[in-house]
Amino acid sequence: MQITQILFLIFAAIILGSAFKVVTTKKMIHAAFWLIVTLFGVAALYAMLNAGFMAMVQIVVYVGAIAILFIFAIMLTRKELLDSAAPLNKNWTVAALFALLSFSGLFTLLNNWRGFANTAPELSADMDTITELGTALVTPNAYLLPFEVASVLLLAALIGAVYVANEAKSE
Amino acid sequence: MEFWKDPINTIFASLLKSFTSGGMSEVLATILIWLIGILLFVTFAMVLDIFLVWIERKVVARFQDRLGPNRIGPFGIFQPFADIVKLLIKEDITPVGADVILFNLAPIFSMMSVLLLWAIMPFAPLMVGVDLNVGMLYLVAAGSIGTLSVIMAGWASNNKYATMGAFRTVAQMISYEIPMVAAILVITVLAGSMGAVGIVEAQEIPFIFYAPLTFIIFLISAIAELGRSPFDLNEAESEIVAGFHTEYTGMKFGLFYAGELLHSFTFGGFIALLFFGGHRFFGLEELGPIVGALIFIGKALFFYWVIMWVKYTVPRIRIDHMLAFNWKFLTPLAFILLMVTALVGRLFLESNWLVPALFLSNILIAWLTVEYLKSHARKEREKEEALKPSAQMTQH
Repeated sequence: MQITQILFLIFAAIILGSAFKVVTTKKMIHAAFWLIVTLFGVAALYAMLNAGFMAMVQIVVYVGAIAILFIFAIMLTRKELLDSAAPLNKNWTVAALFALLSFSGLFTLLNNWRGFANTAPELSADMDTITELGTALVTPNAYLLPFEVASVLLLAALIGAVYVANEAKSE
Repeated sequence: MEFWKDPINTIFASLLKSFTSGGMSEVLATILIWLIGILLFVTFAMVLDIFLVWIERKVVARFQDRLGPNRIGPFGIFQPFADIVKLLIKEDITPVGADVILFNLAPIFSMMSVLLLWAIMPFAPLMVGVDLNVGMLYLVAAGSIGTLSVIMAGWASNNKYATMGAFRTVAQMISYEIPMVAAILVITVLAGSMGAVGIVEAQEIPFIFYAPLTFIIFLISAIAELGRSPFDLNEAESEIVAGFHTEYTGMKFGLFYAGELLHSFTFGGFIALLFFGGHRFFGLEELGPIVGALIFIGKALFFYWVIMWVKYTVPRIRIDHMLAFNWKFLTPLAFILLMVTALVGRLFLESNWLVPALFLSNILIAWLTVEYLKSHARKEREKEEALKPSAQMTQH
């Protein structure tokens, strides 16, 4: 077994284990911190795939902004936020059935997919992936249109947020 | 001579030779040497930290017209060791109702977020932990771990003052991250690289001449990110006891304190790296990486002193002023600077006029900003004065 495979298994175990803890832990704030562990695991997987930029953006955006926003919301509401009710309700059999069905569906789909046999093309040592990514984002033949659409969407959200906040202030 | 030219790789090669001569496999030996190297590097950072405590106390004493520690050792240089002994023998208190795991994890995360930054600090051309091509993004990502540690500490302490400190910190760090990222983007545009080594290599002329205003923005947002005065609202003694570390005792508090000092020094290093050419100093760096590293540390210490100078000169600002200053002034200015730098840099690309053009455009922006602020202040004052007579009339 190669070292990268061992590392992949470790990170996958961390991601799955912490994701399981997110849904089973009783305290809301602990769930948020377990979610952060999951996000770090995903960032580690990105780093293993030579996608350093994605790994860093994963941490900056998801850990640095979204997870902190979650924790902020939890801290502002109540102190304990304990989930005292039983974690399962009476529909759990149906839910488990659906989960099993979608899992087996995905499993058969991916089992028939031949993409797994492909090996990733070797990156040359002096290739600067981040320059390539930057160029691809502003090249019309590559990802210029999705990039611009995403920026327009974000700008619209920004203006909307300012408008809503302004309205609340003037009332 | 080899050692003088490339100390790290020479040590690595000789260690590898002696390790593998005993029959150890090369992969294992490499991993072991890396681990030893990381350990030594971190130890160096921590030992430096001990002396930063002494420097900090000495400098603050001078600013406040005192002598500072002067009893233990010459100039009181062994004072930090007495401090450490004191911190170690203090009672370790965990408050009732505290979240024990998060409470103990928080100081570790605080220290970790600083030590992570040392991985990309380019002391000299061949003396750098790892030259990430996304180095500057890594700086921001490590900062978010620092924010996380403060939230952990504030929430887990089960103390209202600690929670309030955490709230303030989050508001401050998340907002000041934006001008900081914009300032780093200006540098990225100028250097054409996000890696720390690439940025140093691009500075034939230090970037302070390309972007003086960006330097000021980065300095302000770095001080805010550090949570030092005038942005030390998260531990404002006169309002919320000690903020997020109210409940911490002994060495756990020591870790927060040491983390803050080392963080300041690290940011001093990043200021030197981004704006003052890192290890470059009038061609003196040609003498070898060790000289370069010494120059780098010297510059980092100087900017650490600048951060202290600001800390002990400026009083704390109010929280609404802090937020308004960021969102209404610093962020727009940083984005304007980014746009102007990109435009001017593009127009004067490969020309000798690049530096004067950028410098003059910075001066122009600074002048326009000051004029705008003056007119804004005049308007505000007129509004106030228009209100005053009516207020007096209602009184009588």
